[in-house]
Amino acid sequence: MTELATLARPGVASPQALAGIRVVEIGFAAAGPLVGKYLANHGAEVIHVESRTAPDVFRSTYPPFKENLPGPDRAGMFAFYNDGKRGVTVNLKHPRGVELVRDLVARSDVLIESFPAGTMARRGFDHASLAAEHPGLVMLSSCNQGQTGPHAQHPGYGSQLTCLAGFVHLLGDPDESPVILYGPYIDYIAVGYGVIAVLAALARRRSTGRGTYIDLSQYEAGLQFMGPALLEHQLNGTIPTRAGDRDTVAVPHGVYPCAGEDRWIALSVWTDEEWSTLRTALGDPAWACDERWRTAAGRRAGEGELDLRIAEWTRPRTREEAVGRLRAASLRAAPVLTIGELFQDEQLTHRAFFRGLPHPVIGTVHCISAPFALSATPSRQERAGPTLGADNDHVFGGILGLGDEERAALARDGVFD
Amino acid sequence: MSLPSGPELRPAGSAEPLVGMRVIELADGWSAQCGRILADLGADVVKVEPPAGDGARARPPFVADRPGPDRGFWWLALNANKRGVTLDLAHPGGQLVLRRLVETADVLVESLPPGELERLGIGADRLASWNERLIHTSVTPYGSDGPLASAPASDLEVTAASGALSLAGEPGKPPVRTTLPQSPFWAGMYAAMGTLLAYLARGTTGRGQRVDTSAQASMVTVHPPAPVFWSLLGEEHSRLGPYLLGRSIVGARFRNIWRCRDGYVSFAIQGGAIGRHTGKRLVEWMATRGEVPEALRSIDWDRFDNTTLRQEDVERLEAAVAPFFEGLTKREFFEGVVARNMLGYPVSTVADVLEDPQLRSRGFWQETQIDAAGRSVEFPGGFALFDGERPRVRRPAPRIGEHNDEVYVSELGLRPEELAATRAAAVA
Repeated sequence: MTELATLARPGVASPQALAGIRVVEIGFAAAGPLVGKYLANHGAEVIHVESRTAPDVFRSTYPPFKENLPGPDRAGMFAFYNDGKRGVTVNLKHPRGVELVRDLVARSDVLIESFPAGTMARRGFDHASLAAEHPGLVMLSSCNQGQTGPHAQHPGYGSQLTCLAGFVHLLGDPDESPVILYGPYIDYIAVGYGVIAVLAALARRRSTGRGTYIDLSQYEAGLQFMGPALLEHQLNGTIPTRAGDRDTVAVPHGVYPCAGEDRWIALSVWTDEEWSTLRTALGDPAWACDERWRTAAGRRAGEGELDLRIAEWTRPRTREEAVGRLRAASLRAAPVLTIGELFQDEQLTHRAFFRGLPHPVIGTVHCISAPFALSATPSRQERAGPTLGADNDHVFGGILGLGDEERAALARDGVFD
Repeated sequence: MSLPSGPELRPAGSAEPLVGMRVIELADGWSAQCGRILADLGADVVKVEPPAGDGARARPPFVADRPGPDRGFWWLALNANKRGVTLDLAHPGGQLVLRRLVETADVLVESLPPGELERLGIGADRLASWNERLIHTSVTPYGSDGPLASAPASDLEVTAASGALSLAGEPGKPPVRTTLPQSPFWAGMYAAMGTLLAYLARGTTGRGQRVDTSAQASMVTVHPPAPVFWSLLGEEHSRLGPYLLGRSIVGARFRNIWRCRDGYVSFAIQGGAIGRHTGKRLVEWMATRGEVPEALRSIDWDRFDNTTLRQEDVERLEAAVAPFFEGLTKREFFEGVVARNMLGYPVSTVADVLEDPQLRSRGFWQETQIDAAGRSVEFPGGFALFDGERPRVRRPAPRIGEHNDEVYVSELGLRPEELAATRAAAVA
């Protein structure tokens, strides 16, 4: 409890935007829990509810595990997506378990859930009865396709929903199979919008006292990032499709090989003036002085050839040398970083973007922070996701005020399984 | 015809929790989605453009492929629900007007290159001196300070610098970018999140603060679990074309995109309760249309575990499934998986998305008139339902200077001589 007491002590560091806000989260995997993570990182007390019989799938089904040995407290995914939270286990099939969590919700500000539509109501957590007891409750239900509609009950994972929303059709070389957008891409969009919806509802509650029920369809949230293409199809009759690394404005615009294995840089040229700057940076080779490259239309017409010429310049150079030369000329260029290289990237390091956080079993887990820095109420991240049931005593004893004997009796009855 | 105009005097409906918030947005591409989100939620967002208009108005493609400041799809999509005024910030009179705007605002959102506001003489300290409650949100490629702060970048470069690019494409070929640029959406979304945290903090502290958003860092959030594999095991994930990694503890990859009769579908051989159900129903479905290959018939789906499959096992199963999908259209596949409650979706085009019955039934699309010629289009509607109500597209993106009189004269009450002092050179 020492560690928790330290966290709870006021005045040890700068204030937090969500100090005093308590959040209960009944969900699993990424889409619900990552919402809670961002709230926890900014000062909310977030309690992740799961059970020993059905722990979060990020503890059980998804690698990686420490040393590749599965186990609920060895799961990197859970530790990564749940940093800064408290963790409790409750058996929600036990009526007393439902009562306890409802009590907890009554003492909280926000309830987040990410089960398939209708699941919460069946388990005794329908919004109407919760709101009747607690009119100020902000409740977020985040699921694949929303709480209503003909596909509300259809199961799905984020990686595949990303396909349904049209993103994957836009990724890859033309005339070839599309390639995947790595990971559950659309889930992370829904997470961002989920946090925004909760924050906006909390802001309104401050002036009205009124809570809000938020029905978030991960599919609909994702489509916010497809706006221009959806409008284009309706008004021009076109079907936007994948175009490799090409752009509608910049030319050249692509990824070029450098010295070493699978090493690349990205480079884009947005105006004829920038082209002239690039030509100089490349050392004014004879091919580049051809008149046809002077205009965007000319470069577009010969873009394949242009890409090969630029690759001749990049191929013998290291990424650092090539990017250094191009950036020195104020051109847009960047190395294509691998995931491992991000941990050494000087800009991300400057922003303390990855936080190496302690975990009692795994050791250190490198969690992400929000991609914005708040000058007066910065995020605070002190520990990776909790081990299974780590905070049962704090939550059921400290917050709900159940005595040691009562908790022991409930435990014997299987309420905390 | 008349387009909606004037300050919106309306009750704070459920879907507009931010009614009463005032946002000034200094034009540009990186921050536009931030203002759009706040505007959707009911904030009054006033976009301040240079007299010649925001550069984002020039981004193609355009309506009917004819360029024009009000015809770009990017412009139209990211600036709905905002009002628009013009102002020359380099002009001293323009700065006086900006001050009047800032004094009325809760939030200033901008995406000028780091240092540019200081060069104009309106740096963060000056802005705070005008209004100590102001939340100053910036969106830049790499953040407002640090070793790369001044490096210029577009979507392609920040995506490269985020690691996301390295994960997309075929092995051995160049990494590929999503053809519809994504980082302006991600960065704008996180800027809105940071802005609302600062807005809530202000309720306690009484003061505004800086919200410094990095597009590079925003794009690092799009690709977990790849960083988790690096953190725990030192394992570097890379691009695998249409395959998924990370479901197997012995490193097998699973096909996630399959050819079908008229395009592609997304499906994977999975474990877990839903994955096993999906496999069982797939075999039943295949049996209704012909012989089921032995590799699939012999599986006991109740005990099926994909985490321990070796690569050759996976490939044997996938070879048995592929011909079945090749005989189905996207629509047949989608209707089939929905009817059987199986995992799987079509790889949709925007045309498929617009026909999706689920979105129609939830009233997602919002018919919006976008120009004086009466052209209208269905916008993606608000991102969630608030007590059953969806945030609306209340007005299309503003024309250049459309709300100058309304904002400067009617609302700020600028005197004619104040406007006269700026109009010729500054206020278009």
